[in-house]
Amino acid sequence: MNQSGLHYHYDVPGDDFSQAGAASSAVKQILKQLGLDPQVVRNMSIALYEGEINMVIHAGGGVIDVDIDDEKITAVLTDHGPGIENVELAMQDGWSTATEQVRGLGFGAGMGLPNMKKYSDDLKIDTEVGVGTTVTITVNL
Amino acid sequence: MKAIELSRALGWELVCGDGEREIAGGVYCCDLLSIVMGRAPADCLWVTVMGNVNAAAVATLCDAACVVVAERMPVDDETLAGAKKGDVTVFKSEKPVFETALAAAKLLGLA
Ligand SMILES: Nc1ncnc2c1ncn2[C@@H]1O[C@H](COP(=O)(O)OP(=O)(O)O)[C@@H](O)[C@H]1O
Ligand SMILES: [Mg+2]
Repeated sequence: MNQSGLHYHYDVPGDDFSQAGAASSAVKQILKQLGLDPQVVRNMSIALYEGEINMVIHAGGGVIDVDIDDEKITAVLTDHGPGIENVELAMQDGWSTATEQVRGLGFGAGMGLPNMKKYSDDLKIDTEVGVGTTVTITVNL
Repeated sequence: MKAIELSRALGWELVCGDGEREIAGGVYCCDLLSIVMGRAPADCLWVTVMGNVNAAAVATLCDAACVVVAERMPVDDETLAGAKKGDVTVFKSEKPVFETALAAAKLLGLA
């Protein structure tokens, strides 16, 4: 494959729900155009979207860096939000601190992190309360 | 069956897209976007009352064949723009979610 070393960077605004998902949609488009396996494209799209939404609804936005090489797609989502106090708890199905407003938009079911786990080959969460969160999603090609 | 054929048979209004995709993933109903994201099968016909812009993004990313917004719920301009960008076909149905989905399932031979 001659697609090694591709890198993409996105800013995710924290205050705009209508823009939420723009980065994930752009990445999906790129992966599709690269002709990658539709299953791989879908898995990365779903996991990345959940991560992007989390940055918007929980952390006031952040940045996403996507790298594609011969073996895998890696997305690193970095925010300077409140951090996650108990990651184990946050990973549980249905556990959520989302506001009523966010729920009204159809989010906040507490399924985001479990979905990210399910659709990625590797999920790494580095977080510190009061400092921020870095989520690394890897999907193998 | 293609989405557009189904829509014609059931009298749904085409809001955007061409409906040319084959519905190979069955019929899926849910309004909570995170659940849809994780559980909706690829190539499904997704019935929802959630006609907002985030629904367009979810339909794109989970690769639904089309979205049917039930109960004549509004689909705003922002959502339309999002759906067009993501190449998602959106229909509107007058009927409630269950009736809409049941009629579709019958035509698809699933019920
Ligand atoms: N980037 C983040 N910054 C701070 N908290 C987060 C972040 N991502 C997730 N969380 C916390 O983890 C919980 C569970 O996340 P998730 O499974 O995506 O569910 P939901 O987003 O629906 O609440 C959230 O409610 C929130 O408390
Ligand atoms: Mg979430």
